[in-house]
Order: sequence, then C-alpha cells, then structure tokens
Amino acid sequence: MSENVYIIGAGIHPFGRTDSRSGREQGVYAVREALTDAGLEWPDIECAYGGSAAAGNADIMVNELGLTSLPFTNVANGCATGGSALAASQQAIASGMYDLALAVGFDKHPRGAFNAKPSDYGLPEWYGQTGMMLTTQFFALKIQRYMQLHGISRTTLGRVAEKAFRNGTITPHAWRRSPVDLDTIMNAPMINDPLTKYMFCSPAEGAVALILASEKKMKELGADGVKIRAVAVKTRPPNSFEVFQAGISIEEGGKPTVLASKAAFEKAGVGPEDISVAQLQDTESGAEIMHMAENGFCKDGEQEEWLANGWTEINGGKLPVNTDGGCLACGEPIGASGLRQVYENVTQLRGRAGERQVPGPNGKGPRFGYSHVYGAPGLSGVAILERE
Amino acid sequence: MGEKIDPNLWSDGATPHLMGGRLPSGQIVFPMPTGDAAEGVEPYKLSRRGTLWSWTSQGFLPKEPYEGPGSGPGEGPPDFQPFLLGYVELPGEVIVESRIVDARLEDLHLGMELEFCIVPFNARYDTFAFRPVTASESKAA
Repeated sequence: MSENVYIIGAGIHPFGRTDSRSGREQGVYAVREALTDAGLEWPDIECAYGGSAAAGNADIMVNELGLTSLPFTNVANGCATGGSALAASQQAIASGMYDLALAVGFDKHPRGAFNAKPSDYGLPEWYGQTGMMLTTQFFALKIQRYMQLHGISRTTLGRVAEKAFRNGTITPHAWRRSPVDLDTIMNAPMINDPLTKYMFCSPAEGAVALILASEKKMKELGADGVKIRAVAVKTRPPNSFEVFQAGISIEEGGKPTVLASKAAFEKAGVGPEDISVAQLQDTESGAEIMHMAENGFCKDGEQEEWLANGWTEINGGKLPVNTDGGCLACGEPIGASGLRQVYENVTQLRGRAGERQVPGPNGKGPRFGYSHVYGAPGLSGVAILERE
Repeated sequence: MGEKIDPNLWSDGATPHLMGGRLPSGQIVFPMPTGDAAEGVEPYKLSRRGTLWSWTSQGFLPKEPYEGPGSGPGEGPPDFQPFLLGYVELPGEVIVESRIVDARLEDLHLGMELEFCIVPFNARYDTFAFRPVTASESKAA
C-alpha cells in the first residue's frame, strides 16, 4: 500500500523570452515561487528531481537555493523531463521514504532551436543530410494521413490555434498574449503542409516547480493540496509511428499515448468522462486533435464536430483543453513544458485560474484534471489530479 | 550521375533497389541496420513500386545537418529548392520515408502509385526518391 501524494506548492517563471535570466535562474525563480505558495523554506525540502534539455543540470540550483545536502537527481529525459521528474518525486513520497519532494523543470532554447543529430537517434547520416530529420515534418505527415482517414478539415486545425491564442490572452504565464484570427492562421506561410506557421509552437524559455507532500505532511502544514491520483510514463511499443523514423512497420502498432492514458485511468480508477479540464500535448494543432482521441476523450474524426461547436473552449460545455494556451501560446521549453501542464491543472483545481477558470460540472470548479505530454523518441507522460 | 549519398542505401545496376533488411523474424525493416544491430539481419532489396501513405511539403531551408541547395558556403534561403516528401508503403514489406519528385502537392493522394528512382541531390551526391507512376507505365507493369 503506497502513501497518497499531494501537490502543495506550484511555481512558474513566465514562459517566452527572458534575456536577463539563464534557464537555471528561471528554475530557481520557479522553486522560490513554489516554496512561497506552500509556505515552506528551502531547507524543508527533503529530495529533488529536475532537469532541462538545453539549459544545464538542475542540481547546481543548490548554489542559489542553499547547500542543504539534500539528494538532488538530475533528470534528462527529453520532452518527458518534467513528467519523469514528477513521477520520480511522486514515487519518493509514495514509497514512504520522504514527506516533501521537489520536481522542477526549466529550459532556454535559442530562436529556431531543435536541430537534431542523426547519430543521437541511431539514424544514418543521409537522413539528416537530405533534409528529412525535422520534427515539424513528422507532425505534418502524421496529421495529413489522419485528416484523410478521419475527415478532419484544415479549418479545424486553424480553430485549435485560434483557441490557443485566445486562451493565451488571459494567461499571465503565457508567451503569446495577443489573439490571432482564423483567417490569419489559415493564410500564414506554410511550414509543412497542412500546417502553417501559427499552427506550430516555438522553442522558448520558462520554468516550473512543484512541491509534493505526503498526506500526513500536507495536513500538518494545513496546505492547499491537490491529490495526484495517477502518474504514468510510457515509451513506444513495437511498430508504432513516431518522430524520426525512416521506416515504419506495415503492421499498425500501438501508441505510447494510448498506453500511458490507459495506465493512468486504470490507476486513478476514473474514466475520460470524469475529467473536467485537460492539458494535451499540442506541439502543433494536429497533435492536439489526434491526442484528444488517443487519450480517450473522443473517437477518431469526432474532433471536427468538437472544434466546430467550441466544446474544448474554457466555457465550451464539454472538455476545456489547453486552458492556458498550451504549447502554441506558451512556447515549448522542453524541460519545463510537461510540468507547465500540471501547474495549470493545479491552478484550475484550486480555483485560482482567474479569467480562465474552468467552471467544472456544477460551477464549483473542476474535480479531475488531466495532463498529457508527448515527445521524441516516442514517449508519453500522463498525470491525473484530483481536488478532494 | 553523382556519388551515392550513402554507399549502402540502394543497390547498384540498371534497376537499383532501396536496401532494407530482413530480421530473423521475417520482418522487413528500413534502413538496413548497421553495427551490432545488423547481426542476423539479411540485406533485402525492397520493392521498386509502392503506394503513398502520407505526404507533406518542405517549404523552408532546413538547418544542419541538411546539405542540400541553400546550405552551402555563401548560400541561403533564396538558394533553397522546396521539395515534397512522404511515406511510401511497399506492399508486404515496410513503409519508407522518401522524397517525392515529379509531382505537385495538390496531386498527391493516399494510395497513389509510386516508383523508386535516383535523383541528383547536390553538386556531389545523388539521393533516392519516389515518383508517380504514369498511366501508361501503370498498365505496362
């Protein structure tokens, strides 16, 4: 029997570009925000897990935060860095070994970053030399086929981006704070058909820190906690179709998102119909659409109707998705991105989301929040939170 | 003809084939694995005909390690030549990622018949691609 685990502190450094702070300094900022939120001091934290993809090791943050001798594990798990840090800190407390743990993720990518080296991914050099090693192409190739098979229109892709920017206008931590209308999105320069410039997120900067506590500790502190009902991280199964694949099996394989989603729902003992707010990986518009189905919230093809009817809007009536504008409006600092989704759900479940607050089933705020991160080379992390 | 961009990527001769591998399980993979991963994998000549599984366009100059037009010394985005790419399903074998040539974006559709070809890539190298099978060739095949 494992211990219940709660998030009792959440801090964020605004996403976007902050020339005056390094990625790690943004991380330190987020940790201090989370400590203040939880009513704790740094020496109270018993263990920490964190990392970045491109902004250095997390454990060096003790230089600024204080040399308290706590065990601090660096996490380097690409797009799942935040998700893996959360999973590790959750396990540290669930095991009964610790009562207070920190999960932190931060990053700082230069403009137009993310050029990948074939050898890092076990691929031959020609794959990069000939211009096929671009993540944007993968997303375009995946949604192109999906649109043909399931009747998703280009307008629906545009609506996802339009919603993201609209939600960004009312989110203090978002990078893109101005609305972009559907016509502008649809007529913007094409990056990889069918995805235009406004349908893709950009590399960015930012940091998120979460403080996790045992139930006993939360009660002792009288903290405003949100329960972690389930965390699941899954890597790709055989024959799946992922980013950076020169060859795909003709047998249709499984999907890491479907696996992580099922595992999380099973662990939490709830289903998609119980979720009142969801943050789904939206590296680009098509990803949000496909991830709605892969996470079990609708059937393939139903997204066309969902978006046309505004069912994923904050006050849309069905399931608000990416209430803070997601990656499209916040940008994607890889190490922080997955934790931003959890931060947003914590904020929503605590009823502190202000203008973007999701009303929830009875207007009393959402009870269950769902977050999903996906990244190279084919891994997904899902977290289900509950307001008790 | 230029040099092959990778000496083992396709077979030599009048009718070259893209080279995949056959795993001990019988599964066909692309590309042929290298190093320790190649143990027990037989080089396998892939079919020259396939059907379009998905596609996209590349309209902007890719960053490193791209070495095509626009990437050379003194070159830039104006020198870039946009291209089409996609996944081609080789029946019963594997789905391969490839450039698509001699086609317009608006003509591409799922299941379209394509055939293997070798195309110039840059001043030094050739690479592989797939191109639409014309109606007359389709009947002849």
